[in-house]
Amino acid sequence: MIELKRTIKYESDRVPGFGHEVMSVPGCEQLETCIQCGTCSGLCPLSIFMDYTPRQVMELTRSDFKQEVLRSTTIWLCASCYACTVECPKQIRITDIMYELKQRAIHEGIYPKRFPIPVLAQEFYKMSHKHGRVTENFLATILFLKTNILAAIGMWRLGLNLITHGRFPLKMEGIKRKDELGRMMAVVDQLSIDKLTDRRRAPAAGGNGQGGH
Amino acid sequence: MKFSYFPGCSLKGTGRAYEESLLQVLQVLGVELVELEDWNCCGATAYMAVDEVKACVMASRNLAIAEKTGCKQLLAPCSACYLVLNKTKHYLHESPSVEAVIQKALKEGHLTYGGNVPVRHPLDVLVNDIGLPEIKKRVVRPLKGLKVAAYYGCQIVRPYAAFDDQYNPTTMDRLLEAIGCKLVPYPLKTRCCGGSLTGTLPEPGLLCSYILLKEAIKRGADVVSTVCPLCQFNLDCYRDKMAGRWGHEMIPDPADRNNQVPVGPRLDIPVVYFTQLLGLAFGLPEKSLGLQRGFTPLRLPPVQTAAA
Repeated sequence: MIELKRTIKYESDRVPGFGHEVMSVPGCEQLETCIQCGTCSGLCPLSIFMDYTPRQVMELTRSDFKQEVLRSTTIWLCASCYACTVECPKQIRITDIMYELKQRAIHEGIYPKRFPIPVLAQEFYKMSHKHGRVTENFLATILFLKTNILAAIGMWRLGLNLITHGRFPLKMEGIKRKDELGRMMAVVDQLSIDKLTDRRRAPAAGGNGQGGH
Repeated sequence: MKFSYFPGCSLKGTGRAYEESLLQVLQVLGVELVELEDWNCCGATAYMAVDEVKACVMASRNLAIAEKTGCKQLLAPCSACYLVLNKTKHYLHESPSVEAVIQKALKEGHLTYGGNVPVRHPLDVLVNDIGLPEIKKRVVRPLKGLKVAAYYGCQIVRPYAAFDDQYNPTTMDRLLEAIGCKLVPYPLKTRCCGGSLTGTLPEPGLLCSYILLKEAIKRGADVVSTVCPLCQFNLDCYRDKMAGRWGHEMIPDPADRNNQVPVGPRLDIPVVYFTQLLGLAFGLPEKSLGLQRGFTPLRLPPVQTAAA
């Protein structure tokens, strides 16, 4: 028996406002003008592995299908080569929209637990904050321990080769003025907390108003 | 000629051969580099996936430090660093809301940035500032007979094409021709190598890299020349894994079109930095150029007597 699956999205699957939220982010505004030509999907070297093609992700985003895009493999398979961005006839910065969607998926914790790409992104983030620089072999080791220890075993040969070719630093790189960088990052944290509380406050106030009627 | 120099994390780690060869080559050409004081990670592609504004703040700290120094032009050899630093400059220019956050953060670090730091790539500097005639003058061992596939990768021409054509960049081709190499046609010169996917999702990531190596072999290249530490790593270090998956595919023999040959059990084609080839042509010792760090050794064609 062939398993039947609904292929069309319903109105009830939408999260109204999602598309607008994304399109209000600096760099993502042009999405509004997408003509669904499919140039992005045709150019993308990784689209053959994606569940939704880049063109579909653009439309799903614009049409508020938040769950579908944030759970798609597409956003994680984007390797940021910018091929779509430079060819888009409507100058939509597709790569930057993919970045925006990745950020939202990480922020909401919507990705399979051991899926290595978002884990790598977050470990990279942590290491660059903690040390100011990233030492790739340490980062890779952490990544494999956190996602797939078996794959780490498959990497022993690569590790050994890197050591024998003098490409495996044994010392963690770092900057001197970590406190300076830390203070700068704290400013951004504070600003985004302010923004989030603003955002939360606004709908809550609206809700109360409606309740009063 | 003097530049601030932003090495980036890779050039101190897996890509140190790029730094070694770049420093040597620029020294020969009389370019002085001053490593940016206390530089921090640019954020690359991975950081952008977590927080794009913070990524710009990280990058702007480097721009601000560069602006403080005497030589404001910032040389960024790594493609990811080059792109992120330029992208941050674009955001500062285009988006007042992002600029406001960045300026506030810089102030907290007692730094300022007025927007006056040009971020330059070594290819740009070599061809457009120093110039090919000057480079030709330094050649003592022309790499005659060496067939090269010049691979640019994504991020130095996309999304911003600051110094070369976005669709068909030629800076590296011209540079390598000037030192005697023969460039094979390589239409995949700006195709994606898979970036960090090779480490996270091998099936799609390695396929991207494999396609690039296969094409270079099919075009009859002796060596692939790269400009990016991640491209070099992907094409050079995952060779065993690619060979394990696809190494026995048959392709037309570069020497005889009517013949079919396997791509090769080990995909044996060296992948080097363009600066290493320049260094060889300048007569610098292989070891000082970090050539021993490549997984597949580069064998040069025998030196042709006299006449350059």
